[in-house]
Amino acid sequence: MSHPEVSAPARDPWVQRLMEPLLPPLTALLIAAVVGDLLILSFGQSPREVYRLLVDGTWGNAYGFGQVLYKATTLACTGLAVALGIRAGMFNIGAEGQLALGGFAAALVGLGLPAGTPAVLAIPLCVLAAGAGGSLAATVPGALKARYGASEVIVTIMMNFIVAALLNWLVATKVNVAESLHTPEIHAGAVPRLAEVFPAFHGSAANFTILVAIGLAVLVWWFLFRTRAGYELRAVGLQPDAAEYGGVNVGRTWWRTLLLSGALAGLGGINYVLGYKQYYEEGFAAGAGYLGIAVALVGRNHPAGVLVASLLFATLSQGALAVNALVPKQMLDVLTAVVIIAVATAVPEVQRLLRSLRGRQA
Amino acid sequence: MSILAFLIQTLRIATPYLFAASGGVLSERAGVIALTLEGWMLTGAFCAALGSFYSGSPWLGVLAGVGGGVLAAALHALATIRYRADQVVLGIAINLMSVGITRFFLRLAFDSSSNSPRVPGFDWAGATEGNTTAGLGSLLASFSNPLVLVALLSLPTVWWILYRTPYGLRLRAVGEKPEAAASVGVSVARVRWLAVLGAGAFAGMGGAYLALEQHQFTDSMTAGRGFIALAAVIFGQWEPKRVALACLLFAAAETFQIRLQGLQLLPSQFVEMIPYVLTIIAVAGIVGRSRQPAALGRVTE
Repeated sequence: MSHPEVSAPARDPWVQRLMEPLLPPLTALLIAAVVGDLLILSFGQSPREVYRLLVDGTWGNAYGFGQVLYKATTLACTGLAVALGIRAGMFNIGAEGQLALGGFAAALVGLGLPAGTPAVLAIPLCVLAAGAGGSLAATVPGALKARYGASEVIVTIMMNFIVAALLNWLVATKVNVAESLHTPEIHAGAVPRLAEVFPAFHGSAANFTILVAIGLAVLVWWFLFRTRAGYELRAVGLQPDAAEYGGVNVGRTWWRTLLLSGALAGLGGINYVLGYKQYYEEGFAAGAGYLGIAVALVGRNHPAGVLVASLLFATLSQGALAVNALVPKQMLDVLTAVVIIAVATAVPEVQRLLRSLRGRQA
Repeated sequence: MSILAFLIQTLRIATPYLFAASGGVLSERAGVIALTLEGWMLTGAFCAALGSFYSGSPWLGVLAGVGGGVLAAALHALATIRYRADQVVLGIAINLMSVGITRFFLRLAFDSSSNSPRVPGFDWAGATEGNTTAGLGSLLASFSNPLVLVALLSLPTVWWILYRTPYGLRLRAVGEKPEAAASVGVSVARVRWLAVLGAGAFAGMGGAYLALEQHQFTDSMTAGRGFIALAAVIFGQWEPKRVALACLLFAAAETFQIRLQGLQLLPSQFVEMIPYVLTIIAVAGIVGRSRQPAALGRVTE
């Protein structure tokens, strides 16, 4: 599974610096390609044809690329949410529920505003609501972690199901369009599509929420690496006892981090609710919260890496629709899982190998 | 509402929980997080439907289901034990993979994106539509499915393994203090491998029960049952007896909701929340102490 030849140029520090972040996705894609070939062949199709369709349908035309950008926007938000948590030593598995609640909150505010509210007022209000909604879903795990040291992994998973049931009840009985599982259309707060400025994207769901996602990545970078609170957050993630000894309030850092993480995931909800459909619909999160874990993992918990990784997983997700004519689209779900497993499994092995080779040279 | 009918329905709903929770206890007590119960179950359900369809025998279906669960668990064990990958990440990935791969092979094997054709299950000759709904016929009918009995025995079996066998002693040691266990010559990796494969077998059997009971595999048919089983493991504080009670309690709440649907006492969504809310309360340790196996999720060299 490991390839000795990739270690050959490792002596050059410049190549080394570049390889470290690139190695995980490349190794993973290689392994995924092998599994993909097997699946394609088992369906009696030619791997070359399928991969050609995949590339054509995603990066090969403006519509497909717009869809990739659209999907990457949500994934960047949930990826940033998970990455921030991991930096503080916590696994936020609750991004799925936080994303859903954020989207719902944005829709509620958009419905509450009178029609004709100027966009400069309506959009920020809806965006704030999305962040607050995401944070709200994170209050329970945050408080229990800070107060009782309760495992955030367990509490956030359980919260996903609680939030899903709650939203299902609200949408089924309180705010819905008859015979559907979505809310009415919002009166104000719609985010314009990219196609309004770049006509080539016509028909794709890509919208200006992408600027929010990029802005959030910059903000998270600045917070993590340029502020005192971010420094404390990373210290807690590396060694909570040492951080506590150094005067950091660990419980408060956990609480604050989970709320911020929830807000980041919740902001992902505006991509669908404000930018695409203009209403909240049950199940719109569709696993983007869980995929955020993969995005953070491949992006090595760095905001820039998260943006790149979100493009990768968005490509796989959009590519599924492109190849559906030849092979079942679920093939790409399998490949997504293979990428995650490969990054979590093979990459540390490859890195260990590299390190041992480097050690021998030194 | 007949008490007997209520109990029987509870038992039927509890059956997959009891199976998966048995696997959960086994795996988590050995220090491996059981986020994957859902995926193992789903794989098991698909393989059981496949096995039963092609062999015509539900028994071989169960065997195939167990095999599928073990296979999915082997992948988990290989990645987390042999290659020391993060258990939570792998858990999420394997759940995702199970959904994808069962759908892929559903298309490949049965050319359908929603369900398999009807497969043979455990049918009792006397269990016709008329007498399964009430009375003794129903009681006999539910026990005519041998898996219900096996499910009732599964957590006692896990208890017996944990507390009455040398392997169980090692397993508990590995879940609490792997370094100490290793220092007296216990192979941490081997103990964990066996526990995870066993967990996959139990979860696979739970999946097989679902598929054979409904006489078909349907897309994502486990529908979160693996997570309810995980909730039962945590709510039951990793003790087989308490976990069994938790499974029955959650199943009873569900039965209650189904049977009282007409009365509108509580929206069904709030009944759905019960296992998760109780689990959060248990984990927080607000009522009594809750302590997970000390080495849960920890990677060991």
